[in-house]
Amino acid sequence: MSEVITAVRAPAAPAPRSRRGSALRALAWAALLLVLLVLPLYVGPGLLSAGQYVMVGAVGAIGLTLVIGQAGLLSLAHAFFLLVGGTSYAVLAGETEQAGSEYIVGLGLPPLLALVGAVVISALAGLAFAPVAGRLKGIYLGVASLALVFLGFYLGQALPMLTGGAASGRNPEPFSLFGFSFSNEGYLAVLGVPFRQSERLWYLFLAFTVIAFVLARGAVRSRVGRAWRGVRDNEAAAAVMGVNVLRAKAGAFAVSAAYAGLSGVMVTLWLGLLKPDESEFGTYGLNTSIAFLAMAIIGGLGSIAGAVVGALIVYGTPQVLTLFADELGLGDTLAGLSPNVISLYVYGLAVILVVLFEPGGLAAIGRRIAGFATRRLHPDGTAATAPRSAPPGEDRS
Amino acid sequence: MNTFVQLLVNGLGKGAVYALLALGFVVIFKATEVINFAHGSLALIGGYLIAVTVDTLGFPLAALLGVVGAGLAALLIERLLLSRSRFATPDSLALLTIGIDVVVVEDIFRRLGTTVPYLGAPWDARPIQLGGVTLFSTQLVALVVGLVLITAFFLAFRFTNWGIAMRAQAENREAAALMGIRSSRVTATAWLVAGVLAGVAVMFIVTQDFSGTGLSRTTHAIAFAAFPAAIIGGLDSTAGAVVGGVVVGLTQALTEVYVSIPFAKVAVFLVMLIVLVVRPAGLFGTRELSRV
Repeated sequence: MSEVITAVRAPAAPAPRSRRGSALRALAWAALLLVLLVLPLYVGPGLLSAGQYVMVGAVGAIGLTLVIGQAGLLSLAHAFFLLVGGTSYAVLAGETEQAGSEYIVGLGLPPLLALVGAVVISALAGLAFAPVAGRLKGIYLGVASLALVFLGFYLGQALPMLTGGAASGRNPEPFSLFGFSFSNEGYLAVLGVPFRQSERLWYLFLAFTVIAFVLARGAVRSRVGRAWRGVRDNEAAAAVMGVNVLRAKAGAFAVSAAYAGLSGVMVTLWLGLLKPDESEFGTYGLNTSIAFLAMAIIGGLGSIAGAVVGALIVYGTPQVLTLFADELGLGDTLAGLSPNVISLYVYGLAVILVVLFEPGGLAAIGRRIAGFATRRLHPDGTAATAPRSAPPGEDRS
Repeated sequence: MNTFVQLLVNGLGKGAVYALLALGFVVIFKATEVINFAHGSLALIGGYLIAVTVDTLGFPLAALLGVVGAGLAALLIERLLLSRSRFATPDSLALLTIGIDVVVVEDIFRRLGTTVPYLGAPWDARPIQLGGVTLFSTQLVALVVGLVLITAFFLAFRFTNWGIAMRAQAENREAAALMGIRSSRVTATAWLVAGVLAGVAVMFIVTQDFSGTGLSRTTHAIAFAAFPAAIIGGLDSTAGAVVGGVVVGLTQALTEVYVSIPFAKVAVFLVMLIVLVVRPAGLFGTRELSRV
């Protein structure tokens, strides 16, 4: 896989990074965050819910881009870890009860503790796969990780006391923090706008996404990230330089599983339901794994900001198309062209186009535009006085 | 005991079909080192063509059309998309085939809508009793067709110019090209052959005794089970593909009855994991050595 993924990523264009440049960059990030923070005051629940779904994708895609793009380990098991995270949260936070025909188990822990527990359990599940991940390379590893998705499909049905069964599933406890519930409970208004579930969840998910983003960037820029890239580029060389290859691989898998686990908790909160799949193509099926892979590829493997944009395309398209189906004249079914189908065309084609024309994905296109703009701004070449070529694989979003 | 023999026969019938699919994977992998994630959609294209034309053309012609169509689709994918990106590594091309798969599968099911067509195989008629063992004609035909095609493939691989060129290219791409082997032609025919094999396999997958469903998303999922078949045998071993196919077929047939039907789907992948942990390159695959 090593040489593989390197070639999938674009050779990082040595974009000049001046002091003014980084100040501008910080300002841009702050502005974006501000926009995201005030958004609930202006847009309705429909768009907010679409945005939440994109954030579910973003958190998962960040985790996947770390393991594939940074550590060079192909994983198709993301959907499985989503299921592990969602189920763990439902079990840890829920109550033991008789729901419909199923007797389901719950530990009744505080939701925050359950959330942390779910992330830890997902990470451990990722770690448990390390013996396999450590031995295999490239596409063999990808197909081996596929086994986990089928395992999840089976376990989801075979353990109804945890998952609530494939027929009805179970309702996860709404998230709450120090007595404040992220649901429609109670009344809260900010600047005259009533904050109900969709507004509250928006801020919760935004916090998750920002934390996920910042932690991932930290990891990429630290020793850990260097070790991952070392393993990706050349295992033997990395080992010679003192990187514990097996530990780096196991760590990458565990971290990505933890991200997927958080994403899994978010998706159950978003749906208000945890339900294992009835067929192989459900919420936790192969198609979900592939959707996450598409996010990572479209964004540019290894780029964290790219993964977020990838999530916006892959998970945002169907949501927005559904919201505006009437305005766009899509109706409900136009020769089966549902918003979902259209979005699958979009991201399937996007994956094809990215591999054919811009292996670095949207991240590379972004870098190119940034480089172009910088040259325009400093035609005399002042920016080039302190050029700093990016270390390969560093995320320079 | 009778059940066991019965299951062995069923398993071998399924195994022959998986072997056809796995052989396609392996041929493409040997020629190009690309894993074709779109293999299931090649099978679907064949199945779709048969389903659409079977009423007007009758089964034999429709089947022929489906097989040829699947082969041509594979050829087109290779010529139009993969051969264009010469400098992409095999693994990024594998990612490309994932994109192809998403689009093709979605398009076919959008066209089919909610219908689940049976392909109407003419041999799907009556079971044959043979000393307490019931032979479903589908499995018998699958076994025979599989054996004939696989034998033909191995003979061609061994003795024809095409086979020699294929093996040379699999051994060392550059050296083969220097010796005058046209690598683009070898690659193209590898895809064509893989598509044809997938087109044949789908006719058996979409029958009552095999999966119990018509042409549906399940067909695609079943075609995915050819992945473990190819991996168990070793991705670069044609003989391994046949062994892998049989292992997968038997695992499925036995676990379906002795454990449960849902478990059978996982069992195949669990067997693959076990094989991979013991032999990371599959049973007959070449181990990759790294030099520092």
